[in-house]
Amino acid sequence: MSETPGISPLSADHQEPLRVVLAKLGFDGHDRGLKVVARTLRDAGMEVIYLGLRQTTDSIVAACEQEDADVIGLSMHNAGHLTLAPRMVQAVEEAGLGVPVVIGGIVPAEDVTVLIEAGVAVVLGPGASTEEVVAAVRAAVARQSPAR
Amino acid sequence: MNAPSLDELFESARTGNRRALGRLLTMVERQDDNAVLVSERAHRDAGQARVIGVTGAPGSGKSTITGRLAAVSGAARPAILAIDPSSPLTGGAILGDRIRMDNNVSSSTFIRSMATRGHAGGLAVAVPDAVRVLDAAGCNPIIVETVGVGQVEVTVAAAADTTVVVVTPGWGDAVQANKAGLLEVADVFVVNKADRPDAHGARRDLELMLDLGHRGDWRAPIVLTTATEGEGIDDLWSEIERHTSYLHHSGELIRRRCRRRRSEVTDRIELGLRDRALHIIDDQSGESTMVRVERHELSPAAAAEQLLATLIPDKPPEE
Ligand code: B12
Ligand SMILES: Nc1nc2c(ncn2[C@@H]2O[C@H](COP(=O)(O)OP(=O)(O)O)[C@@H](O)[C@H]2O)c(=O)[nH]1
Ligand SMILES: [Mg+2]
Repeated sequence: MSETPGISPLSADHQEPLRVVLAKLGFDGHDRGLKVVARTLRDAGMEVIYLGLRQTTDSIVAACEQEDADVIGLSMHNAGHLTLAPRMVQAVEEAGLGVPVVIGGIVPAEDVTVLIEAGVAVVLGPGASTEEVVAAVRAAVARQSPAR
Repeated sequence: MNAPSLDELFESARTGNRRALGRLLTMVERQDDNAVLVSERAHRDAGQARVIGVTGAPGSGKSTITGRLAAVSGAARPAILAIDPSSPLTGGAILGDRIRMDNNVSSSTFIRSMATRGHAGGLAVAVPDAVRVLDAAGCNPIIVETVGVGQVEVTVAAAADTTVVVVTPGWGDAVQANKAGLLEVADVFVVNKADRPDAHGARRDLELMLDLGHRGDWRAPIVLTTATEGEGIDDLWSEIERHTSYLHHSGELIRRRCRRRRSEVTDRIELGLRDRALHIIDDQSGESTMVRVERHELSPAAAAEQLLATLIPDKPPEE
């Protein structure tokens, strides 16, 4: 979908409370971390739209549009991040959403720069503290230019 | 914000642009100054959709049922508005209704999750506005899911053409506090989780209660469902259809909608007054009155009367 005329001046302005879409892409069943993150973000005053397991880039984009989300959070544990994360970023760009993609889970250190270069906003790993999770999401949203 | 872009937004939403509709819903959800403009613009095209409320205790299966209903409705563009409580402590919320819906609904179903955002009174305005926007965008039917624990939530679900109340075997305890309120608004009862023991017992309880008295000439039917398996959902849909035609034939539809429109005005006045009331406290003279109360120079009663007088010159006579 291309940029829709008339929407840009009214585009998501990232007012509080932030609305966050959380999901797992594909067949990766590790959802413990995502559930922890959901509670963490809720406790930080955000509205978490929890999609859970087995999502596709299409279903995440659709949810983002319908929910007018400010940010997408994905959790990845099945070593598919180098393919899946850039695919998500691309889907977001194609839809003209202009929302940042934040990732957590198991990402080897050497892959982090690759993902950042591919357009992922932040990558967090095991042991990320509550404060780090909240700060990462807020920073990703803040860095996103308000005029989409 | 200027009018043309709002028109364009509505135009896009009408042609099925999810992002445009998503944005419009955010505007009414916030209930800021834009919300009034959006609400007014939506009013022009709204009034077509059928509104179905689904309420019941948390975990009773409302979301699973709602997703399935949207699918069996056979409608081209059904919409779901799923409302969950915000945390009173942090204002945040986990909106987990989609997880029970996504597998069952088609991509043409528009799902929006909404948090109560602390202000129970605001919900009574934000929800009708959201329904109005979905309606103006051409969605039909619009299914509104709310947790049936508080009075406001039940009232919100009851502001529908047809209200479905979901219970489960052994449900009585879960909604004890508001049992009467729930029973009163039901047009159709669902006993969900019929795969569990004693679903028939739950049905019997409901029948007994209905025997004690139901209002009007419509007796709420009771449908047993196992929503996770999709069992009984067709029956539920046909009872909703039957209620819809009852609404049409009896003239009840018009009466209901008239009542709904009136009460929305009342709700808006209440909310607007509360907002303005808080403003008069904020300003200079309000503050000095407050300080006098703090110093025990003025009684709270007298202070409230004084401040109210600046808002509404003449207090209406006591009823
Ligand atoms: C628990 C666990 C399981 C459980 C999962 C239960 C569940 N429902 O989640 C079970 C037993 C089912 C399981 C199965 C498998 N597992 Co496993 N599992 C783990 C284990 C031990 C812990 C994961 C966990 O829950 N951590 C706790 C949470 C809180 O931490 P977290 O997910 O990292 O999240 C934190 C951060 O990463 C971040 N974060 C995470 N997501 C997000 C998202 C956002 C938006 C943000 C901001 C932050 C953020 O914040 C969180 C809080 O700090 C890890 C090893 C490890 N040390 O990580 C292996 C691990 C992930 N599993 C692994 C594997 C291989 C598997 C299996 C394929 C095979 C197997 N050996 O059993 C299966 C696959 C199952 C499937 N269908 O996908 C590998 C993955 C290897 C890889 N990616 O290269 C790991 C790394 C073990 C290993 N060292 O080999 N597993
Ligand atoms: N056994 C059983 N579980 C159900 C049924 N319907 C829903 N559930 C489960 O009950 C839980 C709550 O369902 P959900 O639709 O989210 O309920 P809600 O909180 O009322 O919206 C989920 O785990 C569902 O899978 C049913 O008919 N039978
Ligand atoms: Mg629900």
